[in-house]
Amino acid sequence: MTARRIAVVTAGLGRPSSTRLLADRLAQATVDELTGMGVTATVETIELRDVAHDVVNAMLTGFPSEALGGVLRAVTGADALIAVTPLYTTTFSGLFKSFIDILDKDALTGMPVLLGATGGTPRHSLALEYAVRPLFTYLHAETVTTSVFAATDDWAGGTDTVAPLPARITRGARELAGAIAARPASRPVDPFASAPSFAELLGES
Amino acid sequence: MQFGIFTVGDVTTDPTTGRTPTEAERIKAMLTIAKHAEDVGLDVFATGEHHNPPFVPSSPTTMLGYIAATTSTIQLSTATTLITTNDPVKIAEDYAMLQVIADGRVDLMMGRGNTGPVYPWFGKDIRQGISLAVENYALLRRLWDEEVVDWEGRFRTPLQGFTSTPRPLDGVAPFVWHGSIRSPEIAEQAAYYGDGFFHNNIFWPMEHTRSMVRYYRERFEHYGHGTAEQAIVGLGGQVFMRSRSQDAVREFRPYFDEAPVYGHGPSLEEFTAQTPLTVGSPQQVIDRYAAMRHDVGHYQRQLFLMDHAGLPLRTVLEQLDILGGEVVPVLRAEMASDRPATVPEAPTHVTRVAAARAAGAAALEHGAPAPDRWTGRTAEDDLAAADAVSGERA
Repeated sequence: MTARRIAVVTAGLGRPSSTRLLADRLAQATVDELTGMGVTATVETIELRDVAHDVVNAMLTGFPSEALGGVLRAVTGADALIAVTPLYTTTFSGLFKSFIDILDKDALTGMPVLLGATGGTPRHSLALEYAVRPLFTYLHAETVTTSVFAATDDWAGGTDTVAPLPARITRGARELAGAIAARPASRPVDPFASAPSFAELLGES
Repeated sequence: MQFGIFTVGDVTTDPTTGRTPTEAERIKAMLTIAKHAEDVGLDVFATGEHHNPPFVPSSPTTMLGYIAATTSTIQLSTATTLITTNDPVKIAEDYAMLQVIADGRVDLMMGRGNTGPVYPWFGKDIRQGISLAVENYALLRRLWDEEVVDWEGRFRTPLQGFTSTPRPLDGVAPFVWHGSIRSPEIAEQAAYYGDGFFHNNIFWPMEHTRSMVRYYRERFEHYGHGTAEQAIVGLGGQVFMRSRSQDAVREFRPYFDEAPVYGHGPSLEEFTAQTPLTVGSPQQVIDRYAAMRHDVGHYQRQLFLMDHAGLPLRTVLEQLDILGGEVVPVLRAEMASDRPATVPEAPTHVTRVAAARAAGAAALEHGAPAPDRWTGRTAEDDLAAADAVSGERA
């Protein structure tokens, strides 16, 4: 069976970054769940920090640099996306949104997506639901119902003894793995393969 | 192979002096530039069409009609003619008229336009851009190729018994290019008609240009107009030259940094690495552009953007001197050195008339058009046609 490709986009700005840490945990948990189902998967992790200038330049010039072009292909050609952003002023980071903005509006249609976010306190956790999820709904992505928020204290494990972070990660990963396994592997995107013939353009077919 | 220039017609402040030319100065400068392009041995002058400031060329055939009178050999073209928002009837009439005035030196490049509000200003919906381009061009072709046209479509009032005048010079329509940066549909359209495909790659990496041109070539062959290698391809380009490359970079950088479109974005170094913009010595330009054929195959037309971003007229004319004097002659020789004889040149009026006559499709002597059924009558006399039109509107 073809190995499934999981793209991980993390918008954390620090090095090291707790957003990256959460992204890595979500990716590993998803691969583990898939392995349990007998599905192999590869992970490509993209730190938006690495292409931050390119993202702004693409907004200004209308075309991606070579490096950013590779990132866009990795994301839009993947079988699933794990998208993790830090929360700034109650919503996704500007860099995260800018990256989403330069994606083709149809690029994520039907793609299974697992959302994650990091923030200072658990009081910000619902930002995933009121800000991040609607963004992906607009893009017609198939976002799994669990999203995973990690507050600073979650990394110590003391904030939530009923549904601790590892349990939330496992639950989100299981949902994403199920969505991946339920559909055929995607093929590389060829913008010309779907171009209509001229008869179709003329409305004659 | 044709080498020429295309102009956007932007009025932009010169960032080194703070001076902004008036619209009148800019228009007159474009006329001077076109004439100079011929004087330095270039083959094509093409003007953009825009309907919003800071761009001046809203009336391309007025401008090209004047240039036709002040020049004698240069090919006059557009970059681009808005096939979406212009009435195809008016395009058919305007450019047939211009073709006569210019003694056959006219071709056109169709484009959809990328300024959102232009669509609603002209009563159109930008979301229908591709459909407008397809339907309007299909009508334009019929208006040129058929004497009397009955037509009905989605975007324009129907026509019954309509004859576009003047008829195309020598019975042969101007050659048409289709310009598109991103849309395979437009490459498909160009291929379907056997028209030219122009990829204005000046803001795009070569990898993208290569795949668009390859797609057009495959579809050109698919529709039976010739082999993929015989498809008619044009590319954009953008250069600034001085004999010493560091002088070129120093002089051009302030214009680059403040330029419309890409200013305040990537650095000059990044942009020149990623796009065909070449800032340096004439030899650097020669090396870069001579290699284009290795990416897209042997092609027919290379246009350069030379007069934008606030560059003063004097500088533009100097650039044309270098382009025509030092660069293009070498590029011509380079391009010709390994060009197969089976790859055609860009069609011109002369070659198209010869081809049409060889095919028996055009009269040897193109005099008065055949009398049409309206002659000597008024439209109201033809009740059948009038009923047909009103019936379709009911």
